[in-house]
Amino acid sequence: MIRWLAGLIGFGLAATSALAADPVTIGVGYLAIAGTRSTLSLVEQPAENDGVAGARLAIEDNNTTGKFTGQRFTLEERRIKEGEDVVQAATALAEKNGFIIADLPADALLKVADALRERGTLLFNAGAIDERLREADCRANVIHTAPTRAMLADALGQYLVWKKWSRWLLVVGSHDEDRLFADAIRRTAARFGAKIVQERTFEDKGGARRTDSGVTQIQRQMPVFTQQAPAYDVLVAADESEVFGAYLPYRTWDPRPVAGSAGLVPRSWDASQDQWGAIQMQNRFIKLNSRRITALDMQAWTAVRMIGEATSRTNSGEVKKVTDFIKGPDFSVAAFKGTRLTLRDWNWQLRQPILLVDGRMVVSVSPQEGFLHQVSELDTLGYDRPESKCKLK
Amino acid sequence: MFGAALLAALALAAAPAHAFIAYVSNEKSNTVSVIDTDSWTVTKTIKVGQRPRGIDFTRDGKFVMVAVGDDDTIQVIDAKTQSVVDSLPSGPDPELFAQDAAGKILYVANENDNTVTVIDLEKRARLGDIQVGVEPEGMTISPDGKTLINTSETTNMAHFIDTSSRQIVANVLVDARPRFAEYKHDSSEVWVSSEIGGTVSIIDPKKHEVIGKVTFEIPGLRKEAIQPVGIGMTKDDKTAFVALGPANRIAVVDVASRKVTKYLLVGQRVWHMAFTPDEKHLLTTNGVSNDVSVIDVAAQKVIKTIQVGELPWGVTIAP
Repeated sequence: MIRWLAGLIGFGLAATSALAADPVTIGVGYLAIAGTRSTLSLVEQPAENDGVAGARLAIEDNNTTGKFTGQRFTLEERRIKEGEDVVQAATALAEKNGFIIADLPADALLKVADALRERGTLLFNAGAIDERLREADCRANVIHTAPTRAMLADALGQYLVWKKWSRWLLVVGSHDEDRLFADAIRRTAARFGAKIVQERTFEDKGGARRTDSGVTQIQRQMPVFTQQAPAYDVLVAADESEVFGAYLPYRTWDPRPVAGSAGLVPRSWDASQDQWGAIQMQNRFIKLNSRRITALDMQAWTAVRMIGEATSRTNSGEVKKVTDFIKGPDFSVAAFKGTRLTLRDWNWQLRQPILLVDGRMVVSVSPQEGFLHQVSELDTLGYDRPESKCKLK
Repeated sequence: MFGAALLAALALAAAPAHAFIAYVSNEKSNTVSVIDTDSWTVTKTIKVGQRPRGIDFTRDGKFVMVAVGDDDTIQVIDAKTQSVVDSLPSGPDPELFAQDAAGKILYVANENDNTVTVIDLEKRARLGDIQVGVEPEGMTISPDGKTLINTSETTNMAHFIDTSSRQIVANVLVDARPRFAEYKHDSSEVWVSSEIGGTVSIIDPKKHEVIGKVTFEIPGLRKEAIQPVGIGMTKDDKTAFVALGPANRIAVVDVASRKVTKYLLVGQRVWHMAFTPDEKHLLTTNGVSNDVSVIDVAAQKVIKTIQVGELPWGVTIAP
């Protein structure tokens, strides 16, 4: 009788019993590549739990809410080592977890998405910023909480144009992802009326990122590399591979600010972001993980919070029901960015403000004032619906 | 005799509206501005702890309590001397609080550790904690004192707490980032504002169900800029005022039909509000423009703007 009563109360969407019966378990998987990449700055070297630490905090947050809704969230982490089959690992993870947060390179993510399509698992891309995952290679079972390169470049470009720094010297690294970021920057310049006065390529000739001889050579190399440039306002660096970008600030031949991959950097999130109630979330993160948060952590946090938001609104742990709600017109999530975040229904990209940070402070938040849009000003960042090549399937 | 009566009547007519004293917390400058509602000027600026936000008079009107979040405490200002005289043992990062009708018990929302702290105001001692959702913020008590309502910003719920047992009796899901809760004076409804959701949910406190929503639409303003926070309701429960944050407006809502009848342009990023006891005026704190707007309640017009400290947040007026 008591159980029946509790069940009845729990059934109502609006009011849920404080003493819910057996909690519903909602399994969330986290799939990523083992190991971390090297950065030029030691301070920015990612922790081994980069990303998953954010997911863990969101699981805790969801479970605090879950106490009241009779839902329990679990997290299962799987790191793929070199030579391991990503599809096999993903399939095993999907056994117990209806939702998977992925921090994978684009090709691996697509393999996983296609392998899990029949099963109905909902994937969240928390790591890959590649445009093609939202464009020609978009997938109906992948939600993207990571921003795209075009969103990041537009966020930076809007600020530079607002600042009237509209002559850019573009320096591009020699790796594929550097070129992709440079493509995004060129598109931004064309959209917002900035001029790329010249492009230079910084060849990666290999070598260690840290040496005992230190910075003496760099101090001589960087001015020489940037000398004799046409008149420009700001140097924009496209160096996702971490080969030279961080060496540029304060070392350019002409005294000019640096932006892009170093200096003023566009990011979905930063450890210094304390506006819009973020301070409590930052504190919770530090308490749980004994380090400061990164953008990747926040992208994973947002993904897990989206699941929690949908399960509490639908009062259900059913993957299909939750997925439909997330993709429905009423879905939004609060993520300490001063505005509700919603999904672009043409490619399942999360709309979000982008922070411009200098490593110590948030300098600005884009979209900038005056960049208008008929639907959402957040859609002034990245590819908009009419330009999209995505056909969800 | 007749002449004296006439004189008295004349004097009465000429006398200004009864003067009240308003206290405004300035989040950024770590001060509280004291405003005289007769002259509408700041008469004193009191230095307080770090990041003052929630602010309220004690029921007897003798003290003003102000939550100084970054100092993890609530400071007590003596209204007579207009200086800080004591502090209360809240939990970490107190933001908003509510007191019972007798003014004996204080309930504090501690944003940092998902709890509501219960404080004995006479002994100024901590009585205990109540576990609630993630980032508790809004607080209100039912007119009969039996139910405390707390809203949690990331859990997106209004928690109904029995004040005698200090147990949660119900949780009601509302729209994203609920920040403020207000009972109707007749206890029939609780209004909860959702900053990110952009709505005010109206809850039946007996059934614990959302029975209606107030929505806002301002031509020429994008939806995301409408972020409801503070709510004020007239004593006759006929009119509600809702602060819309970066929309820079106060919505005037007809309580019966739950429809907005008017938008009043105030300062930038309007947070909270307080009525004068005679309900002739409503004061709103405008965070970004560093001022307080004075609204003539009957005329539903902004009649005055007063410069205060940096980022004004909360306001309370002596009973």
